[in-house]
Amino acid sequence: MPQLGRAALVVSLALVAYALIAGAAAAVTRRRRLAVSARNALIAAFGSTVVASTVLVVALIRHDFAFTYVASHTSRALPTRYAVSAFWGGQEGSLLLWLLVLTGLGAVAVWLNRRSRDLVVWVVPVIAGVATFFAWMLVVVASPFATQRAPFDGAGLNPSLQNPYMVAHPPLLYLGYVGLTIPFAFAMGALLSGQTDERWIVATRRWTLIAWTALGIGQLLGAHWAYQEVGWGGYYAWDPVENAALMPWLAATAYLHSVMIQEKRGMLKIWNVILVSLAFCLSLFGTFLTRSGIVSSIHSFTQSSIGGWFLGFIVVVVVLTIGLIFYRLPLLKTKTRLESLVSREATFLYNNLLLVALCLTILWGVTWPIITEAVSGEARVVGRPYYDFFLRSFGLPLLLLMGIGPLIAWRKASLRGLGKTFAWPAGIAVLTGVVLIVLGAGSSTPGLIAYTFSAFVLGTIGLEFVRGTRARHSLSSEDWPRAFSSLIARNRRRYGGYIVHAAIVLLAIGIAGSSAYQHVTDKKLARGESLNVGPYTLTYRALERSSNANATEVRAVLDIRRGTQLVGTVRSGKNSYTEPAGTVSNEVGIHTNYLTGEDIFVIAETVYGNGTVSFRVLVKPLVNLIWLAGLIFLLGSLITLWPDAREQRRLATRYAELGSGASPAR
Amino acid sequence: MIVALVLAAALTVGAVVAVALPFLKEPTAESDRFAEPDAASRRQLELAEMRDRALATLKELEFDHRTGKVSDEDYRALLGPLRRDAAQALRAIDQAASAAAAGSATAET
Repeated sequence: MPQLGRAALVVSLALVAYALIAGAAAAVTRRRRLAVSARNALIAAFGSTVVASTVLVVALIRHDFAFTYVASHTSRALPTRYAVSAFWGGQEGSLLLWLLVLTGLGAVAVWLNRRSRDLVVWVVPVIAGVATFFAWMLVVVASPFATQRAPFDGAGLNPSLQNPYMVAHPPLLYLGYVGLTIPFAFAMGALLSGQTDERWIVATRRWTLIAWTALGIGQLLGAHWAYQEVGWGGYYAWDPVENAALMPWLAATAYLHSVMIQEKRGMLKIWNVILVSLAFCLSLFGTFLTRSGIVSSIHSFTQSSIGGWFLGFIVVVVVLTIGLIFYRLPLLKTKTRLESLVSREATFLYNNLLLVALCLTILWGVTWPIITEAVSGEARVVGRPYYDFFLRSFGLPLLLLMGIGPLIAWRKASLRGLGKTFAWPAGIAVLTGVVLIVLGAGSSTPGLIAYTFSAFVLGTIGLEFVRGTRARHSLSSEDWPRAFSSLIARNRRRYGGYIVHAAIVLLAIGIAGSSAYQHVTDKKLARGESLNVGPYTLTYRALERSSNANATEVRAVLDIRRGTQLVGTVRSGKNSYTEPAGTVSNEVGIHTNYLTGEDIFVIAETVYGNGTVSFRVLVKPLVNLIWLAGLIFLLGSLITLWPDAREQRRLATRYAELGSGASPAR
Repeated sequence: MIVALVLAAALTVGAVVAVALPFLKEPTAESDRFAEPDAASRRQLELAEMRDRALATLKELEFDHRTGKVSDEDYRALLGPLRRDAAQALRAIDQAASAAAAGSATAET
């Protein structure tokens, strides 16, 4: 039914275009019924986009190769779950996913905030404006419903995408990218309507957190996919497309911190609007990088001609946003000033500057090859040392600030008071540093600093929980477990935030351990021969071959010994796929020690006809803490996201005083 | 093909109805302008935000002092200005409410 898909997309385009024009007209002329009509159009656009998406999913499941998209990205041998994931495996499908998520989130956001009419009236045309661009692309430039005479079989899905992580990683990234449209739309809505009070922040708090969490988890799943599937021995390569997801996440992280300063002190209104806009523009830029094929990347699975359209749209958004912020500057100026450079808000500000500096240096690294290619015709790529240098320069102070910030009071703190507060965590950090030097970790200075700072931050977080629980216990006479749980329940944002901080510390420990202290050995082995790497000896025992409908698999079997003790067996090799014909993937072997978090990572670089194999073996200490950090990050985010009844009541009281026409959804 | 066309037509009709619904429900509305906060309400909101901000910071300071995170010296130095901010916001809200009540009473007479 490609006709139904095409028709549904045309209806979506008409609806969002109407929501844009009628919504803007209603906002200018203050016409109530027209505003409701525009809002309905946006909600109905979600319905028609669901219809279009359903048509595509059904075609993918049924292997209906009359759809050019289905024939280009699937084959008969492709398992159903990967056939469904081909929805976002290609360019047209990803654009449809963007539109689906955008209209869905937009519909929910405007419906939940329908009572805050003066604010939402401008939010509808902003969301509709973004949706119109994507609907236009789908109808005019890159339709997923183009048809052809059906071939007997399709071209198949890129083997790298045939992985369970690829079923979840792209949708989560898109949820993050698209989710950042909602806070952006509310910020622009507030500026356009001139209602620059805190309502847009209250209305978008959870949306920003959801988008940020999805982007964070999406990136970690992508990193795990790269680690297991791409087979080069790492999890993050500073690849342009990886950076494309990291940049909006960093900007959103900065915003989540700076918005607290606005809520607590009424400061940084301009800065917050800039950060929300930056995060959204970077999410558009991320989609542009992934989908335009403008940069070479292991993730750029499509090469296309949509780049010009995207670039034009990004330029329009940036120009309009900057113009609007300048126009509304008088409304955004605040009287409150920073009282002391030693205060919670000051540390948040330093954290913001470092996050934005890191974000912009990554942006410069990503755009530099594009700029040099445009100017000189030759792309000059910025390498890993550039990114590693700035990660250390900005990341290590950020890590330290994560420990300092929670211990300092709002407004100002005396140095004597700070001395007492920091005594324990600083003691823990120094002790950790000394112990690590004794254990030989001084071989990497950045690694040693990262571990010492991590100990400091974990010390401050632990201290916060201990002191808080003790205070609750003495205040309420609750038993210790109840005091601990009610401490978190009564201030979910604060303690959920600490749990997220703990996750970031684990991430830092995992990254430092697996990069600064890893061992690598390259060797060509015949059966029966061994190689040494770190404290381990690996012996190549056998070569196994097997076939299934989709691929031929070759696996080298290696025994791992530590001294004379056998610690495990690992299989590493390659898959040769039947569709797309001639494609080969690296299938790495990983042996995990769950107690130490260490991995022995085996890559079969080349398998020769006579059975000898060129191996690259890496020992990666603490690498599994990175994946554990993902789970803790998710837990902290969920605690932060969980509705707080007392906060809801306080906000309800605040907005009840204004009447029913102004209350945002919390 | 025919099924697709019928479904597409139904989708289009549904979309048109959704868009036209506000006008179908209220063909001749008494007032077609949506309510928005006037200057007094906006001021009230601004003051309520100030009040909530001051009270929340005060509460947090109390808790941080109790946990030992904020020293006695810092606590004493911060408590006064915070209480003043909260009192100022509460006073301003009362004044704004009184002015609004007086305004509506004048309008009624």
